[in-house]
Amino acid sequence: MKHAKKQGAAQKKLLIETICKISEIIKKRLSRKSMFEQKRWQKPQPCSQGRINILTQTSQALDDLRSLPHLLRRNASRFPDRPALREKELGIWQTWTWAQAEREITNMALGLIELGVKEGDYVAVIGRNRPYIYGSLVAVQMAGAVPVPLYQDAVAEEMSYVLEHCGARFVIAGDQEQVDKVLEIQDDLKDFEHLIYLDPRGMRKYDHSRLHDLRALQQSGLVAADSLQKELDSRVEAQTFETTCVMLYTSGTTGKPKGVVLNNRNIIISAKNACEFDGLKETDSLLSYLPIAWVGDFIFSVGQSYYAALSINCPESQETVLSDLREIGPSYYFAPPRVFESMLTSVVLRMQDASRIKQGLYRYFMAHASRVGQDILDGNAVSALDRLTYLIGDAVIYSPLKNALGLSRVRVGYTAGEAIGPEIFDFFRSMGINLKQLYGQTEASVFVTVQPDGQVYSDTVGVPAPDVEVKIAESGEVFYRSPGAFVEYYKSPESTAETKDPEGWVATGDAGFFDPDNGHLRIIDRAKDVAKMTDGSMFAPKYVENKLKFYPNILECVVFGAGRDRCMAFVNIDLAAVGNWAERNNIAYSSYQELAGHPEVLRVIEGHIEEVNVKVAQDAMLSGCQVHRFLVLHKELDADDGEMTRTRKVRRKVISEKFSDLVEALYNGAQDVFTETEVTYEDGRKGKISATLEIRDVKTVAVSGRIAAE
Amino acid sequence: MLDSQVTQTTADGRKIGGVMMEMKNITLRFGGVVAIKDISFDILEGEIRAIIGPNGAGKSSMLNVISGFYHPQDGEVWFHGKKRPAVKPYEVARQGIARTFQNIALFEGMTVLDNVMTGRLTQMKSGVFQQALWWGAAEREELENREICEKVIDFLEIQSIRKTPVARLPYGLKKRVELARALASEPKLLLLDEPMAGMNVEEKEDMSRFILDVNDEFGTTIALIEHDMGVVMDLSDRVVVMDYGRKIGDGTPDEVRNNQAVIDAYLGVSHD
Repeated sequence: MKHAKKQGAAQKKLLIETICKISEIIKKRLSRKSMFEQKRWQKPQPCSQGRINILTQTSQALDDLRSLPHLLRRNASRFPDRPALREKELGIWQTWTWAQAEREITNMALGLIELGVKEGDYVAVIGRNRPYIYGSLVAVQMAGAVPVPLYQDAVAEEMSYVLEHCGARFVIAGDQEQVDKVLEIQDDLKDFEHLIYLDPRGMRKYDHSRLHDLRALQQSGLVAADSLQKELDSRVEAQTFETTCVMLYTSGTTGKPKGVVLNNRNIIISAKNACEFDGLKETDSLLSYLPIAWVGDFIFSVGQSYYAALSINCPESQETVLSDLREIGPSYYFAPPRVFESMLTSVVLRMQDASRIKQGLYRYFMAHASRVGQDILDGNAVSALDRLTYLIGDAVIYSPLKNALGLSRVRVGYTAGEAIGPEIFDFFRSMGINLKQLYGQTEASVFVTVQPDGQVYSDTVGVPAPDVEVKIAESGEVFYRSPGAFVEYYKSPESTAETKDPEGWVATGDAGFFDPDNGHLRIIDRAKDVAKMTDGSMFAPKYVENKLKFYPNILECVVFGAGRDRCMAFVNIDLAAVGNWAERNNIAYSSYQELAGHPEVLRVIEGHIEEVNVKVAQDAMLSGCQVHRFLVLHKELDADDGEMTRTRKVRRKVISEKFSDLVEALYNGAQDVFTETEVTYEDGRKGKISATLEIRDVKTVAVSGRIAAE
Repeated sequence: MLDSQVTQTTADGRKIGGVMMEMKNITLRFGGVVAIKDISFDILEGEIRAIIGPNGAGKSSMLNVISGFYHPQDGEVWFHGKKRPAVKPYEVARQGIARTFQNIALFEGMTVLDNVMTGRLTQMKSGVFQQALWWGAAEREELENREICEKVIDFLEIQSIRKTPVARLPYGLKKRVELARALASEPKLLLLDEPMAGMNVEEKEDMSRFILDVNDEFGTTIALIEHDMGVVMDLSDRVVVMDYGRKIGDGTPDEVRNNQAVIDAYLGVSHD
C-alpha cells in the first residue's frame, strides 16, 4: 500500500518536473531575449535609463552623494516605488520601498536626536539581518553619529570590550537575547546611557528607564519632527567625504579586536567602483544573511545597495536562509567558500539518493559541463555540437539544479575570505553561474583585487580593483593603496602606523605574488604564518590546509611545522559528510568523538593526506610542507572556545598552546595520546571531554635533493 | 488578558487572578478500578499549575477530565464560575481549553503549517462548502487564521520547518509543533501532558522557556503534568500531588517539597 502510494507520488513528481523543465526552457528563451536587449542598451550609446545617470557622475553630482543619508534621499526621490529592503515576516515577504525606507529611517533618526544622540557619538548596533537594523545603521549616521555594528553571537565579555573601547552611549539591539547581554555588562560601561530594542518579546517587565522600543522611538521622533527636522537637516548637510561613516571591529586572529574607522569616501567610492565594475543597478537584488558587523555585508548590503539602489532581502531566520535564497533568487550573491562547499556536498549527497536515470543524466551532463561550461560562460570558442549538448544539459540538469539551489538568477556571484576548492569553484561555474573571487579586508573597505568577468581562475584572486594600486614587498607581503583604505584604527595610532604608511600604503599581512602567466594576484598565506623549517625550506601552513580542506570529509585542519624538521597536522572531520559515508558503509557511531576516532575514518583521512602530499611535492618552493603524521581531533574547533575567530579562521597560536600535549605527541613518535580538553557549551557552561587519540604516519613523496621520512 | 480581577502578583511580576477552574470532589471509575478518588483543587487565572505524582497516580486521567474526554462519576467541574455539564471534548475546546498529548498526536503526513492550522478549526465559522469554494467570508477567515498561526510559528521559532511534513521531524520538534497547534486556538487554559518527556537537557530548557513565555506573553493559564521535578519546581506556581488516585499534597513548590506524605509517596516508606 505504502509502496504503491510512493510510486504514484513519484510519477506525479516526474510529471511535474517535466512540466517545470519545459517551462524552464521557455523561460530561458525569453530571458535570452531580454539579455540580448540588455546587452544592446549596455553599449555606451546615449540612453536614458536611471543606471546611466548614476554611472556618469560629474564631480559636482558625486558630491551630492557624499554620505548614506544623501544616497537615501536620492533613491527615495528617483526610485520611490522600487523595493529597498525586504524581509520575510510571518511567512510573507514584506517590502520597504525606498520612499518608505526614507520615512522609517528619518523617523528613527529624529527619535535618536530626541533621545540625546549628539554628533560624533558612537552607537553600537547588534542584531540579525533585518530592515530595521540596516535602517538604524543609516539613521545613526543621519543623526550625525557613527554606527558600530557588532557580531550578534559575541559573548557578553567580548561585547563589553568593544562597547567600552568605542564609548558607546547608545546601543540598538535586535531582541531580548542581545538586550540581556548588554544589561549584564552595563555596570562596566561608564559611557552607556540608553538601550533601544527592536523585538519587544519577553521584555514587557524590564525596567524601561533606560530601555526604549525602537518603534516607540520612531513615533516620538515623528511627533517631534517639527522642532527637530531643521537640526536633522543640518546634521546631514554637515556630512562630508571625510566624515566617519562606520566603525567596524576586526575579529583579529591575534589580540584584542581593533576598531577600523571608515569614512564616507572609503565606503561610497568603494561601493561606486564595485557597482560600476559589475554593472549593478536598481533592478538587482541581494540576499543579506551574513553578520552585519562584517565589512563585506556593510559594503554589499548598505554601501552598494544605497549606491546602486539595489534591493536587499533579509531571511526569516538563520535556519531558513537556503529556502529564502530560493524564494528570492538574488541576482547578486556573496557567500564564503564554505557555503558553496556545503551546497555542493548536499547536492552530491542527495544525488546519491536519486534514481538511476537521474544519476546517469547528472553524471553525463556534469561531465560535459566541466569540459565546456566554463568556456561557454567566458565566451570562448566552443563547437556547435558541444553547445547543443550543453543546451540540453541546461534544460535537463543545470537549470533545475540552479533553481533548486536558488542560484537561477545570479548574474554576479562572489566568494572570498578563504581559498575555494577548484572542484567546488568549477562545479558552480560550469553550470553557468558567474562565480568570481575577490580579495579584500576590512581595512580596504573590502576590495583589493577582483576577478573581472571572463578572467576567472580558481587559484588566483584577480587583478587590482578599480582605483586600487597593489605592490608586493621584498618579504612577499602584499601592500595596497586605494580610496577605500581605512582612516585609522580607533584610539590606536601605533597600530595604525604599523599598518598604514604616510604615503597611504596599507600592509595586508598576507604573502602573495602576481602570477606571471595571467597577471593575477595569488595569495599563499598570512605573512606572519609563512615561516622557515629547520632545513631552511619555506613553510606555508595555509597552503597545505586549503588543499586538505578541499576534501569534503575534512572540515578544518591545522598544520604545524614552523621551526621543525617535519610537518604534522590536526584534522577536524566534517560530521555531515563523514556521517553520511559511515551510514553507507555500515559504520555505527554515537557521537562526533566516536566517529572521529574510528579506524576506518582515520584510514580515509590518511588517504586524503597522501594525495595532498603528492600535490604538494610538485611545488618546488613548498615541497617541504608534506604532512608526515596526523591525528583527528576529538572536538570541533569552535569560536566559543577561542580556537577560531568569529569568521571561522583558525587561531594557530591558541590551538598550539591549548593542545600542546598533542603537538608534542605528534613530534615524539607516540602511537596514541590521551588528552582532556575544556569546552564551552552554547549556554556558556563549561565541561570537559577526554579522549585517547590515535596518531597515524602518512606516506610522503621523496623530492629530488631531499630524503623523505618513509 | 485576565477576565477577573487581579488578586495577586508573583515575585517575577506576573499577574494572577481569581479561580478559573475548580474541580469539586471528582471521582472517576473504570469498572472496578478507581482512577481518581474524591479530588478537589482549583486553577487560578494566569498561573502555572502542575500535577505530579508517581506512575499510575491518575494524572493523565485528571487532565482528561478537565478536557472533557472523561466524565467523572461523581463530582463537579466548574469553569469560569459555572458548573460544566457533561460535554463533548470539542465543546470544551471551543470554551478555550487546548491540550497537548503525552504521546504525540499530530497528523504525520501533513506539514507543520497544516497541523498548526487545524488548531484553528474550533474557531472557524464558515461551513465545509464555503471553505471548499474558498470565497468571501471563508477566504477572509482563512487569512485571519493563517496570520494567527504564523504568529505562533514565529513565537515558537519553527519557521524553518513550516513546510516540512511532521513525519520527518525529530521528537523534540514534534512536541513543539503540538504546542503550536494548541496555541493556535488561542486558549485561555492550556493543558500540557508531559511536555518534556523524552527530551534532552537542551530541548527541556527550550520547552521550559516557551512555556514561561506563553504564560507571560499571552497570559495563558497552564496546567501541566510533568515528571522532571526540577522543571516542575522551577516553572509552576502551585503543585497538586497525586498518588493512587488520591490527592496527597497541594501548595507552592516549596510546601510540596517539604510535605511528608509527598516524600513518602516518591521515596517509599519502610514497613517495619
